[in-house]
Amino acid sequence: MDMNQYLDIFIEEAKEHLLSMNESLLELEKNPNDKDLLNQIFRVSHTVKGMAGTMGFSKVSNLTHEMENLLHAVRNGEKEITSEIIDILFECFDALEEYVTNISTTGEEGDLETEHLVQALNDILNNKSSKVEGSNNESIETADNKIQVSSNGVKLENANEYVLNVLNKAKEKDLNAFKVDVTVDESCMLKAARAFIVFNKLERHSEIIQSNPPAEDIEDEKFEDSFSIVLVTRTNKKEIEDDIMSISEINNVVVSSIDLGEIEDSQENIEGREDEKPKEEESDEKEIEIKSQDKKKTTNRFGKTVRVDIDRLDNLMNLVSELIIIKTRMEDIGESSERQNMNEAIEYLERITTNLHDAVMKVRMVPIERVFNRFPRMVRDLSKELGKSINLEMSGEETEVDRTVIDEIGDPLIHLIRNSIDHGIEGPEERTKNGKDEEGTVKLIAYPDGNNVVIEVADDGKGIDIEKVKQKAISKGVISKDQAKNLSKEESVELLFSAGFSTADQISDISGRGVGLDVVKTKIESIGGNVEVETNTNKGSKFIIRLPLTLAIIQALLIKLQDEIYAIPISSIREISPISSKDITKVQDQEVVLFRNRTLPIVRLNKKLGLEQKKDKEELIAVIVKKGDKEAGVIVDNLIGQQEIVIKSLGKYLTGIKYIAGATILGNGEISLILDVNSLF
Amino acid sequence: MNITSSDTDNKFVIFKLAGQNYGIDIYNVRVIEKVTNYTRVPNSEDYVKGVINLRGEVVPVIDLVKRFGIESENVDEAEVRIIIVSIKDIVVGLLVDSSSEVLTLVKGEIDNTPNIGEQITEEFIKGIGKQDGRLIMLLDLEKVIGIHDDLEDM
Repeated sequence: MDMNQYLDIFIEEAKEHLLSMNESLLELEKNPNDKDLLNQIFRVSHTVKGMAGTMGFSKVSNLTHEMENLLHAVRNGEKEITSEIIDILFECFDALEEYVTNISTTGEEGDLETEHLVQALNDILNNKSSKVEGSNNESIETADNKIQVSSNGVKLENANEYVLNVLNKAKEKDLNAFKVDVTVDESCMLKAARAFIVFNKLERHSEIIQSNPPAEDIEDEKFEDSFSIVLVTRTNKKEIEDDIMSISEINNVVVSSIDLGEIEDSQENIEGREDEKPKEEESDEKEIEIKSQDKKKTTNRFGKTVRVDIDRLDNLMNLVSELIIIKTRMEDIGESSERQNMNEAIEYLERITTNLHDAVMKVRMVPIERVFNRFPRMVRDLSKELGKSINLEMSGEETEVDRTVIDEIGDPLIHLIRNSIDHGIEGPEERTKNGKDEEGTVKLIAYPDGNNVVIEVADDGKGIDIEKVKQKAISKGVISKDQAKNLSKEESVELLFSAGFSTADQISDISGRGVGLDVVKTKIESIGGNVEVETNTNKGSKFIIRLPLTLAIIQALLIKLQDEIYAIPISSIREISPISSKDITKVQDQEVVLFRNRTLPIVRLNKKLGLEQKKDKEELIAVIVKKGDKEAGVIVDNLIGQQEIVIKSLGKYLTGIKYIAGATILGNGEISLILDVNSLF
Repeated sequence: MNITSSDTDNKFVIFKLAGQNYGIDIYNVRVIEKVTNYTRVPNSEDYVKGVINLRGEVVPVIDLVKRFGIESENVDEAEVRIIIVSIKDIVVGLLVDSSSEVLTLVKGEIDNTPNIGEQITEEFIKGIGKQDGRLIMLLDLEKVIGIHDDLEDM
C-alpha cells in the first residue's frame, strides 16, 4: 500500500499534536493537579499512537503507548504527578519530536532508541502499583505467545504486539473484545459503501483495532462477500449484532468474543475462521488498524484546519498578479477612450481583483502562534540550564502574518530570546542585589501596525552595556578608538549587528557561538523587515522587529526621475510636500531642511541611483518617507500617481542591489524598480 | 572541465559577438528573444544592461560585449538577440549581436584546452569547437554569469 500520500498529512498532524502536547506539559508542570490537562495529554498521545501505528512507525507508537500507560495510571489516581514524571514526559516528547523530524526529512524514524525511556516509564509505574506491573508482564507474555503462533510473521512483530497491547489494555479496563464477521449480500452493488457504513456504526461505540481484509482493500472493494473486524467496546455482543443487521444488504453477522487470557487456546476454540486469523491477517495488520483509525481522525478534524499546498497558493497568487496587471492596462485604455462602459467594467474588475487578493492573502496568513508556541518549552529548558528563573510572557499570538514570513522568522526569534535570557537577564543573586524580582521576565509581543507586523522581544535584565559594546567593537577591529568616541548611543547599539560580534564574556552554549546578531538582521532584512533595539541600563532591552504584512502586492507611489519610473511603497510614505531649494542648508555634509519645525534630512535620489544631477529648480518635490521614528525627504523629479503594484524579485542574479527592493511590471509591460526606503536612511 | 566525457553528441546554440562565433550548451538555453525595452538597474555591475519583462518574469540582461571587455562594431540592430539561459536556478539574458543556428558537435570536434590568445579572456571559455573550418568558442556559463565570484561576494 502506498503510504506516501498520507505521509505529509501524518507529519503535519503529528507536529500539530506534539505542539499541543508540549503546551499541555508546560501547563501541567505549573498546575500538576489539573485533570483536564492530563486528559488532554493522554488524548494527544493516544492520537499520535494511532496515527503512527497507521503509518507503520512502530517506535513512535510503542513509545506513546508506554506514555499512555503511565498517564493512565496518573489519571486513575494511582500515581501523583511529580517533577520526575514531568521530566520523563518531556524526554519522551523530545524523542517523539526527533522521530517526527526524522520522518519528515528521511521518511523513516531513524535510529534513536527509547528503551531507557520505556524502562523509566515502567519503573515509575511499577514503583507504586503492583497491579499495573502484573498486567505489563501479562502483555509481554501474550506477545510472546503470539509470536510463537505466528512464526512466519517476524516482520510484523510490532504490529502484533500493538494489537495485543490494545486488547490487553481493554481487558484491564473491563472492555469487551469481539471479532465481528460480516457477510454482505451477494447482490449488493456497493459493497465498499456497505462496509463503510458498518465501520462507521461500529466506530460510534467501539474502537476498531483490526480488520481483515485491511480497511484499505475493503474501501477499494477488494473483498468477496465477507470481512472481519476485531474491536474493543463497552457494549455487548447483542447490540453489535443488532447494530449491523440494521444496515440493509447485510446478510449475516457473527460476533464472537476474544478471550485475551488465552489467546493461544482461543484460536482453536472460537468458531469460524478465528484460527486463520494470524496467518491471514498478519501481512496486513499494520495497515488495518491504521486505516480505521485514520478514518476516525479525518472526521474529527474536519473544518478545523485546512492545509493547502503552498505551490498551489503561489500559483493562485501569480494569477492574481496577472489579473492586476491587466486591470492596470485596462485603466490605461480607459483613460484614452471615453466610453462609459469601459469605466464601469474596470470598476467591476477592480472589485474582483481586490476581493480575490484579500481572499488569497487570507489563505496565506497564519497566526504567529505557530512560531511562538515552541518558545515556552525553550525558555523552560534554558532557565533550568542557566539557573535563572524566567517568566515568559507572550501576547498577540493571534496576529496573522504571511506563511513565508512564518517560516523565516522562527530562527531569528529563537536567537533573540536566547540572547535576552543569556546576556540580558542577570543571575538571581545579581537581580536581588539590584532590587529586582528574582524572576526575570521576557516578553514576546506581536501586533499589527498598518502594513507591518511588529514583534517585540523585551527583557527586564541589565540592558546593553554601551561602553562594553564599544570596547568589544574596538578590540574586534570593527571601529577605531576615535570613531568610538563620537558614536551616539543608538549608533553604538547598532554595532551589535555588525558581523562576528559577541559581548558575552564567556562564550556559552546558549548564544555567542559565532553566529551573531548580524545573522538575525540579515535574515529579517531578507524578508523585507528591519530590526531595532531600545535599551536602558538596568531596566532591560527591547528588540523590535518590523515585518511586512504581505509580501506580494502593495500600494505604491510611482515617481519619475528623469525618464525612469520608480515605485515607493505607500506604507513608508508620510506625506508629499514641495520644498523650496533656498531652504536647504548643509550641516556636516548632510543636506537638511527645516520642515514643520523639524530638521529633515534630504536624500538626493538621482545621486543615489547614479543619475546625472541637474541644477536645482526653485521648487522641489519631496516625498517624506519614514522608517520607525526617523523621517527623510526624498527629492524626486515628478509624481505619477498611486497604484497597486505586484512585487517581483529581481531574481537570484541581481541580489543585494543597493536601494532597490524589487521590481514591478507596469500596465504598459515595462519594468519599474521598487525603492528600498529603509536603506535610504 | 571535461565536457566530452559523455558519449552523446553536444548540441550548441551558436551566436555571434564582435565577428566571433560562440556556443552555449543547448540544455541551458530557454528561449531566444528579440530586443525589448530595458529598465536600467542602478548600482549594478556595468555589464548588466538592465532588466526585461519576459512574459511577467523579471529577467536581468548581461551585455556580453562589456562582460568580455571587447569592442563590437557595425552591429545590425535588427539582428541583435537576447538569449535567455538558465543555470542553477539563475535565469539571465545574454545580449548578442546575432544568433541563428544550432550546431551538433561530436567528440572529436571539441578541443578542451583553449590556449589561443584570443581577444576575450580565456576564463569564460571551456572549450573550442571546430567544424568546417569554423572556430566556435564554447562558453562556460557559470563563469560568464559569475556564479563563483560576484554572487558570493554579496
